[in-house]
Amino acid sequence: MANIKISEDKVNFIKEVCKNFGNKSGEVINVLHQVQGKFGYLPAEVQEVIAHELKMPVAKVYGIVSFYSFFTMEPKGEHPIDICLGTACYVRGAEKVLDAFSRELNIPVGKCTPDGKFSLNTLRCVGACGLAPVAMIGGKVYGRLTPDQVPGIIAEYK
Amino acid sequence: MAKYKMHVLICGGTGCKSSNSLEIIEEFRKVLAEKKLSEEVQVIKTGCFGFCEKGPIVKIMPDNTFYTQVKPENVLRIVEEHIIKGRKVPELLYTNPENKEHVSDSKHMDFYRKQIRIALRNCGFVDPENIDECIARGGYEALAKCLTEMTPEQVVDVITKSGLRGRGGAGFPTGVKWGLCAKNKAEQKYIICNADEGDPGAFMDRSILEGDPNCIVEAMAIGGYAIGATKGLIYIRAEYPLAIERLKIAIRQAREYGLLGEDILGSGFNFDIELRYGAGAFVCGEETALIHSMEGMRGEPTLKPPFPAVKGYMGMPSNVNNVETFANIPIIITKGADWFRTIGTEKSPGTKVFALAGQINNVGLIEVPMGITLREIIYEIGGGIKDGKQFKAVQTGGPSGGCLTAKHLDTEIDYDSLVAAGSMMGSGGMVVMDETSCMPAIAKFYLEFTCEESCGKCTPCRVGNKRLCELLEKITDGRGTMEDLQALRNLAAVIKDSALCGLGQTSPNPVLSTLDNFWDEYVEHVVDKKCRAGVCKKLMQYVIDAEKCIGCGKCAKGCPVEAISRTDYTAPGHKLASMAIDANKCIKCGACINNCKFGAISIK
Amino acid sequence: MINVTIDHKAIQVPEGTTILKAARMAGIDIPTLCYFELDGMKFENKPGGCRVCMVEVVKDFNGKPRRNLAPACATDCVEGMEVLTASPRALNARKTVVELILSDHPNDCLQCEKSGDCELQSLAARMGIREIPFKGAQSTYKKDHTLSVYRDMDKCVYCRRCEEMCNKFQSVGALSGVNRGFPSVVSPAFEQPLGDTSCVNCGQCVQVCPVGALTLVDNISDVLKAIADPTKKVVVQTAPAVRVALGEEFGMEPGTIVTGKMAAALRRLGFDYVFDTDWSADLTIMEEGTELLNRVKAFLGGDKNVKLPQFTSCCPGWVTFYEKNFPDLLEYPSTAKSPQQMFGAVTKNYFANKIGVKREDIVCVSIMPCLAKKSEVARDEFKVNGDPDVNFSLTTRELAHMLKQCNIDLNALPEEDFDSPLGSSTGAAVIFGATGGVMEAAIRTAYEVHTGKTLPRIDFEECRGIFGESIREATVDFDGLPVKVAICYGLGNARKLMEEVRAGNPNGYHFVEVMACPGGCIGGAGQPYHHGHSDIIKKRMDAIYREDAGKPIRKSHENPDIIAIYKEYYGEPCGHLSHEQLHTHYFDKSDKIEATK
Repeated sequence: MANIKISEDKVNFIKEVCKNFGNKSGEVINVLHQVQGKFGYLPAEVQEVIAHELKMPVAKVYGIVSFYSFFTMEPKGEHPIDICLGTACYVRGAEKVLDAFSRELNIPVGKCTPDGKFSLNTLRCVGACGLAPVAMIGGKVYGRLTPDQVPGIIAEYK
Repeated sequence: MAKYKMHVLICGGTGCKSSNSLEIIEEFRKVLAEKKLSEEVQVIKTGCFGFCEKGPIVKIMPDNTFYTQVKPENVLRIVEEHIIKGRKVPELLYTNPENKEHVSDSKHMDFYRKQIRIALRNCGFVDPENIDECIARGGYEALAKCLTEMTPEQVVDVITKSGLRGRGGAGFPTGVKWGLCAKNKAEQKYIICNADEGDPGAFMDRSILEGDPNCIVEAMAIGGYAIGATKGLIYIRAEYPLAIERLKIAIRQAREYGLLGEDILGSGFNFDIELRYGAGAFVCGEETALIHSMEGMRGEPTLKPPFPAVKGYMGMPSNVNNVETFANIPIIITKGADWFRTIGTEKSPGTKVFALAGQINNVGLIEVPMGITLREIIYEIGGGIKDGKQFKAVQTGGPSGGCLTAKHLDTEIDYDSLVAAGSMMGSGGMVVMDETSCMPAIAKFYLEFTCEESCGKCTPCRVGNKRLCELLEKITDGRGTMEDLQALRNLAAVIKDSALCGLGQTSPNPVLSTLDNFWDEYVEHVVDKKCRAGVCKKLMQYVIDAEKCIGCGKCAKGCPVEAISRTDYTAPGHKLASMAIDANKCIKCGACINNCKFGAISIK
Repeated sequence: MINVTIDHKAIQVPEGTTILKAARMAGIDIPTLCYFELDGMKFENKPGGCRVCMVEVVKDFNGKPRRNLAPACATDCVEGMEVLTASPRALNARKTVVELILSDHPNDCLQCEKSGDCELQSLAARMGIREIPFKGAQSTYKKDHTLSVYRDMDKCVYCRRCEEMCNKFQSVGALSGVNRGFPSVVSPAFEQPLGDTSCVNCGQCVQVCPVGALTLVDNISDVLKAIADPTKKVVVQTAPAVRVALGEEFGMEPGTIVTGKMAAALRRLGFDYVFDTDWSADLTIMEEGTELLNRVKAFLGGDKNVKLPQFTSCCPGWVTFYEKNFPDLLEYPSTAKSPQQMFGAVTKNYFANKIGVKREDIVCVSIMPCLAKKSEVARDEFKVNGDPDVNFSLTTRELAHMLKQCNIDLNALPEEDFDSPLGSSTGAAVIFGATGGVMEAAIRTAYEVHTGKTLPRIDFEECRGIFGESIREATVDFDGLPVKVAICYGLGNARKLMEEVRAGNPNGYHFVEVMACPGGCIGGAGQPYHHGHSDIIKKRMDAIYREDAGKPIRKSHENPDIIAIYKEYYGEPCGHLSHEQLHTHYFDKSDKIEATK
């Protein structure tokens, strides 16, 4: 087994969160939510510390992280772009919008641009079906999108 | 509460919020303060009104004026004209698309006329962040009635007699479910609210939680009383921050008012609610998976029996209902089972909330009595198909449901008729499709969703659905054979028969229903290698009409893969040689069509 | 009792019986894949995931047919139930499910280590699969191995047996189901190499894997090369549990004792010296028993620093387990090396000297029922200038393969004796192979050494048995000194005992025996696959005790060759030289969180 290197601040934060949940392994999903909320993603060393604090196998923590799509081990970009692929958006052409973003940013879905500015992901229904197709950048919702609007939208953030 | 003369209700649901409704609220507060009207006119941020297509929506009470697609810059005019002078602002009113007349009262709009609001009774009428408003509209009356006048058995009995069926999908009778859990003795029982809405294209539960969180809190307390549970748990998607926030407020306020906690209303009944967060797994809508997820594990379903009523959360008897089911409970208690049975059909009493979406004029959240026809929903409430196109199909039940066609338009919809038609109620997604939707591609869309959301535990779902999806891909890519169509059917049947949980058992429905209802379209893809909707990229070819092409070369400049080059043919009357597309290089992105001002490029 | 009808055959079964078990009672064998049970040994894997055992319930509790097919392994019978196990509908689903599994399987049976012993292969044969109608994506994962376990997850059928074994039975937690949907697989965290995890190389994941996804690291060619090398003297030792299981690979009944034939076979293979780990097991008892007596005496004499209970240390899976999980309790286990390593040390020191060969020119091979032994031989502390005391450790299965490769049929061989001097042993040594055996052997010796009296009763039944209590305990009267002992197998049980010790040893144990594998070494991961039949393990155990009972000498301290080596070489147990050669020390191998600024 190995030595896990991680910054002291991170360790202290994770320990605090785990403590607040009584260091119980049954609370691991709540812990992961709070830790991802703080760090934006859940890299391996973070999961190691959580496993250590909750006294559960790190394989099981990873089993959970890799099961739920909300949890991610990839850092998000400064401007995370989420394209809704709910049915309502799909039938109104969301796939073409997604293709346009992917082409314009030159990254596949699930990845981050090399400069760390944008990351591209899909999600299922943001509940704004009236505006379909919809994309979210940060917290901002863009509705009734067409592929040709995409370069302009990205330019807003450059 | 202060006495206000007028109320301005502004939708704070996710849809309207996305189109800046919060700025409108701020603007109203600012303008009213400037006009010194803050004491007389109250601004309320409500939950969803349902008519998302026309959002953001602003409603003025007491005269029930319904303004649509309001922008922050319209606020001043509404205040000056309507609130101060009492004159409605015509250009912001809803326009009837048929006779072009302005309609000011939502009651007279086609979108609302056929709706009956039971589960959504308070959505759009109350400030969801203020328990007093909820109480003023009869909130917590039902809980008080249960605790002071009824025994738990009587509560179960009323719900059973009402015929209420689970609104989450399968339609199991709620009263029977409660009765099963009630009879199991245990130190601790749990009542669980499934708010992990994961159906793509469905947002009923979110709207209820955002618009009327108190009714869920109240209903869970009633359920807890009925089955003997002192603890309630709400399993809610982490992606619903607004709903979470409002639930937290409702729970806190209910505790302050003694409607949650110890000895509620002096009855000796203790009950409290905690939130648990889902993390993005559709399969967690299945109750055993949901329970495992709440216990901090992978959300994998386990075999039933044992049912949660016997061995659920933490091994204790538990009862899981979905949000909309709970939303029906308080009103059934106050108005009685007989009243409830007057609405809907014999076997499916009451109403159903649908998220109406897709290629339809009036996208939104609707609540209709069971037994209504698809025609009424699509053409009257939904205002027909967008852009005057042809209706092709309507998908109900999400990834577990199926596609219905014109021949089903007059089917009276309830749990059983939808199953008979090869679909299902599901949680209430209803997506309308026109001729631009390709049915094999739609089936593939749902299968891709299922493959992504399958927990992977059982072979039929983990491998079987993957193979189904690959067969569909083969078909939409133009590589399919007639044998593949037969293989689709056979495999789909085995998956339905042998998968472990509800997700797997229903996952082939989109395939089977499209095969049944759109066989010709599948055959076209396989035999003629054609996609009539123009969706399947591999079956399309972009071509340049050399006679129309003036050779400007704009298409080539915009082509991301350099698939376009100049030919040596110059059409008569043109100065430059025409362009041509290399089909082997073309990725069918459509950029060239957008760039051509001469209509020389077309899809064949 | 309830009445059920299976394939038109009416039977009565106790309430709570699954359709699968009811069918077996009726003589109907429904095929399974993910389902795995070690009956009576508290291990069951029943995810209901593979869907191979699907049956049609034509009449359910409500008198109606069930809407969907039911998994026989996980569906309880109810009164009046009627089941068809081979209706066209059930057969079609079962066959389709097997085809689906095969459609995501490499199907390289001819080259697969598991060929001939693979449950999927037999299932496909039984279902009469002639083609796989589904084509599509194949799961591909990085191949990986530890010193003991080889992982090729492309072959994984996601039965989850290994995960259940690793977590529930062993509490090691190296493996978990990861991802979801089609990419689901059992893996260590972050798909990191298994060797970098909490894995202890017990290999029970390999023992329960139905297919070739988890197999052993094969050392046959290393050994054949050494035998062929004229400059090397190749010495072989065989562990107690091997002689009661090897016969199974040659079609003999489980529990057949093949000690003599095995010795003959090893000689045919060309080993220069055919010795016995049993001999060093007797030596282990001398060292470990003396250590125990010393600790107990010191404790009674008021020494506050003495650590009790003393844990056994012959099981390398267990040793790694406490090094990784209980770094604060490293002083509790006996410092005595395992019999395998004692044998290696004696061979490369005493014996090398005796035959006048440099230690580097001796190749010491062990035949073990175990996978963890492969990683034990590689430990640095068991090497002198890079030369390991034991060079290669083969399993029972590898020995069988090697014999078959070399055209040696065990059935046809005469019985022969081991060579001298490291070949003679007592009954106390052979019982090392079963759970409780080390304890019983230690008591036989420690009692007589301590009291100076003859043991009134040599068969210590309290220590024996593979079924029943997870942790067995007993008190032995050492002539007025009550010695409290505990025995368990399975690292999950061991964890409970260690946590008890951490909490202050409330039960006052003096001596605890731990074996990682079900039933002890007889259920080891290097043994022939038992496919969940715990009765096979039971028969091996019975054979162990038969072998013990048949031995003229049954107490380690009475072994004349052991007495001789102390006289000639080591002096006394736990003396200076034996400390140097026969004892070891342990390392903190736990994960460390290193916080950086």
